Amino acid sequence: MIASLANPHRFMAFSRWAAPVLGALATALIGVGLWLGLAAPPDYQQGETVRIMFVHVPAAWTAMLAYACLGGASFFSLVFRHALADAAAKAAAPLGAAFTFAALVTGSLWGKPMWGTWWAWGDSRLVSVLVLFLLFIGYMALRASIDDEAKAARAGEILALVGLINLPIIKFSVDWWNTLHQGESIFRAGGPTLATVYLVPLAITGAGYSVAFGALWLARTRAEIWRRRALSLALQAAL
Amino acid sequence: MLDLAAVGGKYAAFVWPAYGVSAVVFAWMIIDTLARGRRARREVERLEAATRTPPRP
Repeated sequence: MIASLANPHRFMAFSRWAAPVLGALATALIGVGLWLGLAAPPDYQQGETVRIMFVHVPAAWTAMLAYACLGGASFFSLVFRHALADAAAKAAAPLGAAFTFAALVTGSLWGKPMWGTWWAWGDSRLVSVLVLFLLFIGYMALRASIDDEAKAARAGEILALVGLINLPIIKFSVDWWNTLHQGESIFRAGGPTLATVYLVPLAITGAGYSVAFGALWLARTRAEIWRRRALSLALQAAL
Repeated sequence: MLDLAAVGGKYAAFVWPAYGVSAVVFAWMIIDTLARGRRARREVERLEAATRTPPRP
């Protein structure tokens, strides 16, 4: 499947219908998930602030997914010198930055009433997610700062691959260090500890965010391929 | 039936902005992505049309 889509013509034909289909699926999943989340009873400890979880946690999951995709695409671009992989890597970065920004802001809006503070510099989970945001921004800034697109791609790929080390740090930060952030309650040995009434809407919204990222990633990669085609035509016309 | 006016309770000032920020972020991602695609595609079409048009004598 992936090998087949490595062909730009096949990718364009596939993404032409897949992006809107995935977009519609994401809209339905997010709509249902948020509806169930807003209809769920308030948590006995967190009260009504538990509803922030339904937009905060999916944004954080998707931010990490976006970085994994950025790292994976960068690996394929660096090793196989594949132009489509580079376009996909470039397309994933702004989406990842946006999801990370949403995770940071919604987390802060949850932290103020629950922890009594908007931000804690000593918290490893918060700081490692901020580092993730800076990695996305740094990747985009690095590429934008180099005129030669091939050199910009190589520099970006190396930065993206080095930054992959941050993903396990984010995941295990709540286990390795003392943190204000609550420990792992979903992807843990022994199963989730979250009540079903919250777990179901969270899982549906999380799936919706991931599918939305997929749709936007496809659409943005298409846009990048069009941009490169325009650049190539402009160069041919100038010769 | 879901009563949206009651959602958030005394924490509504934190809950609704979280949903608002999420909506704005999604809106930006969708609009920016579609605008980039449209702009680049129009540029390709313009350049292809220009290369097809024979130069005037």
